[in-house]
Amino acid sequence: MKRYDAIVIGAGHNGLTNAAYLAKAGLDVLVVEKNDYIGGAAVSRELHEGWVYSSCSYVCSMMRQSLHRDLDLSRHGLMLVPYLGTVNFDDHGNTLVSYHGEAAAYNELKRHSRHDADAMFRLQADLGRYAQVIRKTLLRTPPDPTSFRIRDIQELLFLAKQFGALGQKELYEYIRFFTLSAADFLDDYFETDIVKATMASAGIIGTALGVYSPGSSYILLHHVMGDIDGSIGAWGLARGGMGAISNALASACKSYGGEIRTNAGVDQIIVKGGRAVGVALSSGEEISANIVVSNLDARRTFTKIMDRDDLPPGIFEKAENFKIRGSSGKVNIALSGLPKFTNVPDNPYANRGGQAFTGSMETMERAYDCWKRGTWSDDPFIESVIPSAWDPTVAPPGQHWMSNFIQYCPAELADGPWTPEKRDQFGQTVVNKIERYSPGFKDLIVHMEVRTPFEIEQEVGLTEGNIFQGELTIDQLLFNRPFPGYAQYRMPVKNMYMCGSSTHPGGGVSSACGANAAREILMDLRRPNTVPEDDCYDD
Amino acid sequence: MIVTMTNADFSTEKPRPSHFQPRLDERNIHDAWSSWNGYKLAEYYFEAEYEYFCIRNTCGTYDICPMQKYLISGPDAEKMLNRMVTRDVTKMRNNRVSYVLWCTDEGRLIDDGTIFRLADDSFLLTCGSPSTAWLKKSSLGFDNVTINDRSDELAALSLQGPTSCAVLKRMGLKGIEQAKPFTIHHFDFFGDSLMVSRTGFTGGLGYELWIKAELALELWDAVYEAGADYGIHPFGEQATNMARLEAGFIMPGYEFNEALKTVHFEHDQTPFELNLDWMVDFKKPHFNGRAALLEESRRGPRYTLTKLDIEGNKPAEGAFIYDSQDCSRHIGYVTSGMWSPVVKANIALAMIETPYLKGELWAEINYEKELRHYSKIARCSVKEEPFWAPDYAKVTPPRDY
Ligand SMILES: Cc1cc2nc3c(=O)[nH]c(=O)nc-3n(C[C@H](O)[C@H](O)[C@H](O)COP(=O)(O)OP(=O)(O)OC[C@H]3O[C@@H](n4cnc5c(N)ncnc54)[C@H](O)[C@@H]3O)c2cc1C
Repeated sequence: MKRYDAIVIGAGHNGLTNAAYLAKAGLDVLVVEKNDYIGGAAVSRELHEGWVYSSCSYVCSMMRQSLHRDLDLSRHGLMLVPYLGTVNFDDHGNTLVSYHGEAAAYNELKRHSRHDADAMFRLQADLGRYAQVIRKTLLRTPPDPTSFRIRDIQELLFLAKQFGALGQKELYEYIRFFTLSAADFLDDYFETDIVKATMASAGIIGTALGVYSPGSSYILLHHVMGDIDGSIGAWGLARGGMGAISNALASACKSYGGEIRTNAGVDQIIVKGGRAVGVALSSGEEISANIVVSNLDARRTFTKIMDRDDLPPGIFEKAENFKIRGSSGKVNIALSGLPKFTNVPDNPYANRGGQAFTGSMETMERAYDCWKRGTWSDDPFIESVIPSAWDPTVAPPGQHWMSNFIQYCPAELADGPWTPEKRDQFGQTVVNKIERYSPGFKDLIVHMEVRTPFEIEQEVGLTEGNIFQGELTIDQLLFNRPFPGYAQYRMPVKNMYMCGSSTHPGGGVSSACGANAAREILMDLRRPNTVPEDDCYDD
Repeated sequence: MIVTMTNADFSTEKPRPSHFQPRLDERNIHDAWSSWNGYKLAEYYFEAEYEYFCIRNTCGTYDICPMQKYLISGPDAEKMLNRMVTRDVTKMRNNRVSYVLWCTDEGRLIDDGTIFRLADDSFLLTCGSPSTAWLKKSSLGFDNVTINDRSDELAALSLQGPTSCAVLKRMGLKGIEQAKPFTIHHFDFFGDSLMVSRTGFTGGLGYELWIKAELALELWDAVYEAGADYGIHPFGEQATNMARLEAGFIMPGYEFNEALKTVHFEHDQTPFELNLDWMVDFKKPHFNGRAALLEESRRGPRYTLTKLDIEGNKPAEGAFIYDSQDCSRHIGYVTSGMWSPVVKANIALAMIETPYLKGELWAEINYEKELRHYSKIARCSVKEEPFWAPDYAKVTPPRDY
């Protein structure tokens, strides 16, 4: 029977990245995916004829440019298109447009507060400085701070140098920053609620924290540290939807000889004599390999597809305690026309990008309170984008689709399990809120896909529907991700690795986790490193 | 003393409005104008990168009214043009377009342009710079040819991008999807003839629309009405320059200095130096510059225009090229360079001394970061193919997006 050099479990974008690099290095690689389509949370699906949804993730900024370039993803069909012009709507009908041009952005802020317009420059510079440091770590394996191996010490020195370059005052600020709440962080800059709320919303996306919870300021940074073509903080759309990223990665992987099998869910990682030796599919088929790589989140990997007895003591418990709380919903809506919003200038640069139904700091916190009580707010925070306003390939001409990301939506409801009826009620809540800002919106609806954490877990396999494959708090970041002592992609069982977002640098469509894991695997095989270690931006 | 000049007449200084000017004024929201052949021309309308992405992702229009357009007709027109340009014009069928070059007797490039063969004895020649004097010179000895400068009477709009065919279909141009690259088609438009060629300067799918100046605004409005659902947006010179560089097309003022305007010895270029060997046809009868070009083709060009993929992300505009990392020998210079957002590579065109092409190539790039100036030495690799050449651009019928 054929024995592969490596099997990657899961064709999420990180699994595909990992497989592409292993195949590129000459390994015989097989990717096995439980669904009949690839991509995991970076996927495009035509659920209603003529409309292509990015069912989960919808915008892109973290994708590492050097990987894109190195794997020649453009040739494999990937084009990332920056979009601009996002409007924030507050509870009182006021709007704040995030203009692209500096002068327009300044004038718009000044409409609300001259003070905040000025302060925005300082915030952008500070965030830029913080982002610069964290960006340098993305394509590197976190050092083990307890180790005396030369490589760990070198990497620690590298980190120290990056942080040291900030200067003493900024270093203190930066350390503080990791544990601050988004609200506390922003209070130091702004005085108006609409400006604070606009900026704070990036601090709650995907997390089970609120704007006032310690740690949410890092989440904010996580969402602004990416770039599109060097423009830090900018977000783009993948032409053809987020699945275009996974498809390009799969095409690259195959071009190097990698194989991808769909409808091939793994029941069990087979471990013999303390070594991973293959996988057992749910069909009963067994496939052997010298190396097994899991693209699944840490909870799922260790508690669902591994035998507790195959693990060293304590790992199972660590996986059980891994913070992976679901908090987000997603509602994809096909529309017969472009929705119109109130109180927004009607021009393509102001309102064709996104809509953030932010409400206020308090509204966002209230929505969080509901989540804690096991329900959803009837006034949730919604971050929307209309990809079809930019991408001619995802809806029929003149018609549109709107991606709505909702914070918060609990994985478990206080009043019992999710049912299709409750799911639809949740969807209705979202539509009702949008209708408030866009009268007539409901009449445009052609089709809707409503996804609560329950659906996300069922389809993508993200435990509790946690979009990052595990909370992004300092106890689960860098050398703590997924667990202290296991941050270098090698897992406690020999020849077994992890490559999904549960590993450094965490969630988001970046390909970094998969690439970093490939680098470690090649190192263990004593093969030359072919994985870029830096982004091609010299910042 | 304060002097007021209320009656001053600046009309000779001011750029002339384009035939599309009222529409361009509406769209050029940052008043970013430059000029081309005396016509007002947008640098950009909203922002260069935004417009560049329209070219690559949806579609956009570029005002090519300022381009020079000469109607060359008569029984000797073909012979005259064939004598002037380096390609074989006699091979062109009617309603075809051909990219052409013309040179001095010394084989130095005067300009490039396109010839539209409208009929057996009628051609439209378009080019970047005014060429009346050279055309006159070139027609000496050909009695039956008339040259008619139509630059000011013809309006032209270039429509480029993956949705461009869909827009023309929506506009009602029946059968446009059957138009192959480099072909010409005529459509009835407000009782007049609209000429459409499947041509462009962006390397993607695209068309150029030609109409008498009086109907320019009607054309603009029809195109924009049809394009509303296809992401149409005007683009300016900057986005054009980005797109053409990705496609590997040369531009006067960057890759070549027009021979007739060159002061210093051999500071102009030859077709071979510009890597346009395929454009020179020695099999056809005598043409301007033939002897010199034949000689050059034997000994090889001194420089060769080369496509480079450069390490890192700092655009190599104006960089020197060296043969080693320690920059011991200077062997060339970058003519155009940019970060390519769709290719995700740092691309450039460079003139490099031909013998050194086989060896290592290093660029010394100067850049600035918050007012501090830096330079870096980056490794370059040579690319044979255009940086951007999507298959869909050549397919007939084209996709709708
Ligand atoms: C609703 C939502 C919105 C998001 N929005 C954004 C955004 O806009 N921008 C952004 O950058 N990020 C966003 N994210 C986060 C981002 O999508 C994820 O962090 C990222 O896609 C995870 O990629 P991955 O490859 O690590 O894992 P996954 O995508 O989770 O891939 C895991 C794969 O494993 C498969 N699998 C699971 N179990 C098995 C098994 N037993 N056998 C075989 N295969 C199995 C799954 O089907 C899946 O294909 C969003 C996520 C969600 C859910």
